[in-house]
Amino acid sequence: MESLLAVQGQDFVLTASSSSAVRGITVLKPDDDKSQILNSHNLMLYCGEAGDTTNFAEYIAANISLYTLRHNLNLSPEATASFTRKQLATSLRSRKPYQVNILLAGYETNLGKPELFWLDYLATCVRVPYACQGYSSFYCLSIFDRYYKPDLTIDEAVRIMKLCFDELKKRMPIDFKGFICKVVDKDGIREINI
Amino acid sequence: MSRSYDSRTTIFSPEGRLYQVEYALEAINHAGVALGIVAKDGIVLAAEKKVTSKLLEQEESAEKLYHIGDNMLCAVAGLTADANILINYARRVGQQYLQTFNEEMPCEQLVRRVCDLKQGYTQYGGLRPFGVSFLYAGWDHIRGYQLFQSNPSGNYGSWQANSIGGNSTSVQSLMRQEYKDDINLDEASAMAVKFLSKTLDSNSLTHEKIEFATITKDTTKNKMVCKIWKSDEINEVLNKYQETQRQS
Repeated sequence: MESLLAVQGQDFVLTASSSSAVRGITVLKPDDDKSQILNSHNLMLYCGEAGDTTNFAEYIAANISLYTLRHNLNLSPEATASFTRKQLATSLRSRKPYQVNILLAGYETNLGKPELFWLDYLATCVRVPYACQGYSSFYCLSIFDRYYKPDLTIDEAVRIMKLCFDELKKRMPIDFKGFICKVVDKDGIREINI
Repeated sequence: MSRSYDSRTTIFSPEGRLYQVEYALEAINHAGVALGIVAKDGIVLAAEKKVTSKLLEQEESAEKLYHIGDNMLCAVAGLTADANILINYARRVGQQYLQTFNEEMPCEQLVRRVCDLKQGYTQYGGLRPFGVSFLYAGWDHIRGYQLFQSNPSGNYGSWQANSIGGNSTSVQSLMRQEYKDDINLDEASAMAVKFLSKTLDSNSLTHEKIEFATITKDTTKNKMVCKIWKSDEINEVLNKYQETQRQS
């Protein structure tokens, strides 16, 4: 019972991940961060099978930083997404595939534009303007459909995110224990309070 | 005495040299010359095609210039058979990168991968080094147009203009005198023809004696174009060169 949300604005991507760590019917932790920084301008949000998720996220993060170290070069969000997709695709065809779903938020520093990718454990990879993972997509995609526009400012994006949180509180029988929100833009990755 | 050191690739001589690597470099000096020149809007590669016999079928395709990927070409000097192995490797590595990252492999990374393979043959026993030098011409979004030169030891360097193969030193000294860094591709091509004609023995160049390739950007399609020239296109440049020669 996890939830990942992200929306791309004119020069940033705003992300949110539910902060409860749940096993069965028990909440283990109320401040779980389901995100992994890959490099200065790439942030990966992940959910799925517990254990698989952190392991996979750390594996990708290690490989991306190895690339940075070896070539003194930051991978672009698209290259990062393709690399992650390739790893998922390889894993899918192994004896025990990773069951991880991912949102990848990045800022392409060369072109000066934000990028958001949606990936699932079947190694689907799509570039999207806004995205959800988990049951919350039933409630939040419609809100994004209604309020999204390509030139969103950060304040407008925060407002949409708040609408999503309110809707989830109102309609879902699950307490997510709040959300951890992060912004990826030209200055890198930072956490914000919504 | 020296025989006990030079028969093995991986053993240093008492003077600290690797004879097999030096012999490999020597093998390249017997090959035809190949040169590359970087211009503002592209790179030109040119190579000497040695005509060994009149009876040998003159292939239309190039023997010394090869495509590596969508953004890269290379020129070969040395053993063509060895080069085929390395070119095959380079192409495979480039495509694997494309499959993983969905973008063209940065030139220097590809050059380094091939050089890492070459280096291995100077260190692991029982095998001889690859007797090939390459000139790689490529473009990537990180550093634009780039020209690399590599040799059997596994060293590589980035150049504005360079040449490999026999006669390469005389081409290089011509380059040092005449190279300017603000030339365009046409001027670079003319320069390449000039360098070749001055260093090759024969008095008149024909399309049978040289090979030509360029890499440049198609601005209308916003795509890189790597082209190995057909014989009539080579003749066109040669004619233009001979025309200017006659005028001056």
